[in-house]
Amino acid sequence: MGTVVLKLGNDISTDHIYPGRFMATVLPSETPQFCFADMTEFNARLRNKAVPPGSVIVAGQNFGCGSSREQAASTLKGHDLIVVAPGFARIFLQNAINLGLRTVICPEIEASEGDELEIGADSVTNVTSGKRFASQPLPKARQAIVDAGGLIPYARKLVVEQAS
Amino acid sequence: MGMTIVQKILARAAGRSSVAIGDVVEPRVDLAMSHENAALVINQFHEIYKGTGLEPHLWDPDRIAIIFDHRVPAESSKTATNQKKIRDFVAKHGIGRFHDLRGDEGGICHQILPESGYVLPGRVVVGTDSHTTSHGALGAFAFGVGATEMAAVWALGRVLNVEVPDTIKVVVDGTLPATVLPKDLILHLIGRISAEGANFKVIEFHGDTIERMSTSGRLTLCNMSVEAGATSGIVPPDAETVRYLREEAGVSDEVDLTGPDAGASYSETIEINAADLAPQLACPHTVDHVKPVVDVAGRKVDQIVIGSCTNGRLDDLEVAAGIVKGKRLAKHVRMLVFPASWRIYKEAMRLGYLSELIDAGAVVMNPGCGCCLGVHQGALGDGEVALSTTNRNFKGRMGNPNSEVYLCSPAVAAASALTGVITDPRG
Repeated sequence: MGTVVLKLGNDISTDHIYPGRFMATVLPSETPQFCFADMTEFNARLRNKAVPPGSVIVAGQNFGCGSSREQAASTLKGHDLIVVAPGFARIFLQNAINLGLRTVICPEIEASEGDELEIGADSVTNVTSGKRFASQPLPKARQAIVDAGGLIPYARKLVVEQAS
Repeated sequence: MGMTIVQKILARAAGRSSVAIGDVVEPRVDLAMSHENAALVINQFHEIYKGTGLEPHLWDPDRIAIIFDHRVPAESSKTATNQKKIRDFVAKHGIGRFHDLRGDEGGICHQILPESGYVLPGRVVVGTDSHTTSHGALGAFAFGVGATEMAAVWALGRVLNVEVPDTIKVVVDGTLPATVLPKDLILHLIGRISAEGANFKVIEFHGDTIERMSTSGRLTLCNMSVEAGATSGIVPPDAETVRYLREEAGVSDEVDLTGPDAGASYSETIEINAADLAPQLACPHTVDHVKPVVDVAGRKVDQIVIGSCTNGRLDDLEVAAGIVKGKRLAKHVRMLVFPASWRIYKEAMRLGYLSELIDAGAVVMNPGCGCCLGVHQGALGDGEVALSTTNRNFKGRMGNPNSEVYLCSPAVAAASALTGVITDPRG
C-alpha cells in the first residue's frame, strides 16, 4: 500500500523531474536532493524525509518526456517512489526499468493526493475510492531486465558469460 | 511482407534475414556516442564489472565517440572534474573519436558525428542524448539511451532487448514557401500528432520535399522527431546523402543506399502539402503547443537564441544573417548565436555571416548546448520571454521556471530580433 504524495498532469518532462541546471550531478547517490527541484515545497518534503518510501506519484500521459538524462529516474529511485501513469516516454521508461524504479502503466488511473493505492500484478486498486484500474505489462523486451533486478546485474551476468 | 528501413537495419545488425515488428533483437552497435554524461556511463560501466573479478573492458574503443558540448568551457568545478575524469578514461582506454573543447575539432555532438563522417546509412547509432534521433538524416537507425544502457553497450557491443518498432510514414510533397523552413515543417508535424504521437515508433520521412531537402534540413527534422516521442526519425538515403558524405563529411567508403521495401507496413501514413505551410511557433510550455506565427505576432521578446543541434548549421546562420544584415536589433533585445560546430563557426566567419550578425547587435558564443537546456550561459530572468531555434520549451528549460520559451525557425527568430516582438518573416 502506498499513499499518493503527488498528482501531476500530462507531459511531465525530465526538465520538471530533474532540472537541467543540476545535470553536473550524475551519481545516483547524489541526485535525490534535486528531485522536482522547481516544486520547492515537494522537494523540501523529500529532503526532510517526510515522504515515506513506497509513496506514489500519479501522473498523466507521457511521463518523463524529453531528455535521456538518467538522473530523472535515479532521483525518483533514490526516494523509493513509485510512478503510476497512463503512459511513459520511451527513454524514461527504459531508464526506470534499468535502475529498478517501479513504474506502472495504468491507462485509466483515477486518484487524488492522499489516496491509498494497492499495486497488484495487473491492476491498481484505489483503496480510498474503492475503484480498481487495470494496468498494462511493461514492454516485453524489458521483462528479463526487470526480473534480473535492473540492467547492472543483468549485464554483469552477460559480461561474465562472455568472458568464460 | 516488406520491411521498413529500420526493420532492415535491425535485421542486418542482429544477423537475421528479416525481423517483424515487436520482435525482440539485440543489434550490434556501429557507433556509441556520449557527451559529458560519459561521467555517469563510466561509473555504471565499472558497476557492471564490480565483483566479477574481471578487468573492465570496452568492446571496441574505435566505435565509441565522446564529445564535450553540454557545458563548455566548464561552468563549475564539478563539471571540470567530471570532464577531467572522462579525459583520463579516454586516454587510458584509447577512445579515438574524442572531441574535446577545441577550435579545430569541437562542437555539438549531433553536428560533430555527421560532419566527421562517423554516421553512414544502414548503421546502428546509439547516444546518451535524446536528440541522437538526428542521425536518421543520413539513413542510420539512431536513438537515445540512458547512461546505464550505454554502459552495457560499452561492455557488450550490442543493445540489449530492443523491440523492433512500428513506423509512421510521413510523406511531404510540394515546395516550401519562401522563409518557411524545415523547422516549420517539423513543428507542424509535432503539433499535429502531439508530444507522444510517435512514442515507441519511428518516423520515416518521404516525399519530393524531403528528396529536395539538404542534409542540414533533414537533420532538423530527425532531430526533433523525438519531440513527438519517436524512437528515431529517418530519411531513406539517396543522392543527397552521398553528396553530403563525400563533399562535407569526407567519406570515401562505399555508401549503402538501401531503403524500405515498397510493401513495407506502417502504423499510419501522414501526408503534408509543403506549399500549405506557414511559419510555426511552439508556445510555452510544451513542444506540441504549436500555432502559426501570425496567431502570436506582437508578443514582446527579451532574448533571441539562434543555434543548437537543431538549427545551428551554416544555412541557418545564413538565413539569420541575411535578415539582420545592415540593420540593428530592437533596443531591448539580446541575441545569442551558437553555431553547431567550430567548423561551421569558421565557415560562417569566412562568409561574413558572423560579422553581419555581430554588427546588428548579436553576440556569437562558442558552439555548445548549455543555453538550450539552461545549464550554462543565457539563463532567463523572472517573467522574461525567449524566442529560440532550439528544440525544447518545457517550463524551466532555459534555467528559470518563471520564464517562457517559444520555439521557431531561424527566419522567425531573426525577423523578431529586429522588431523585438514575435514577427512573421514573410513581412
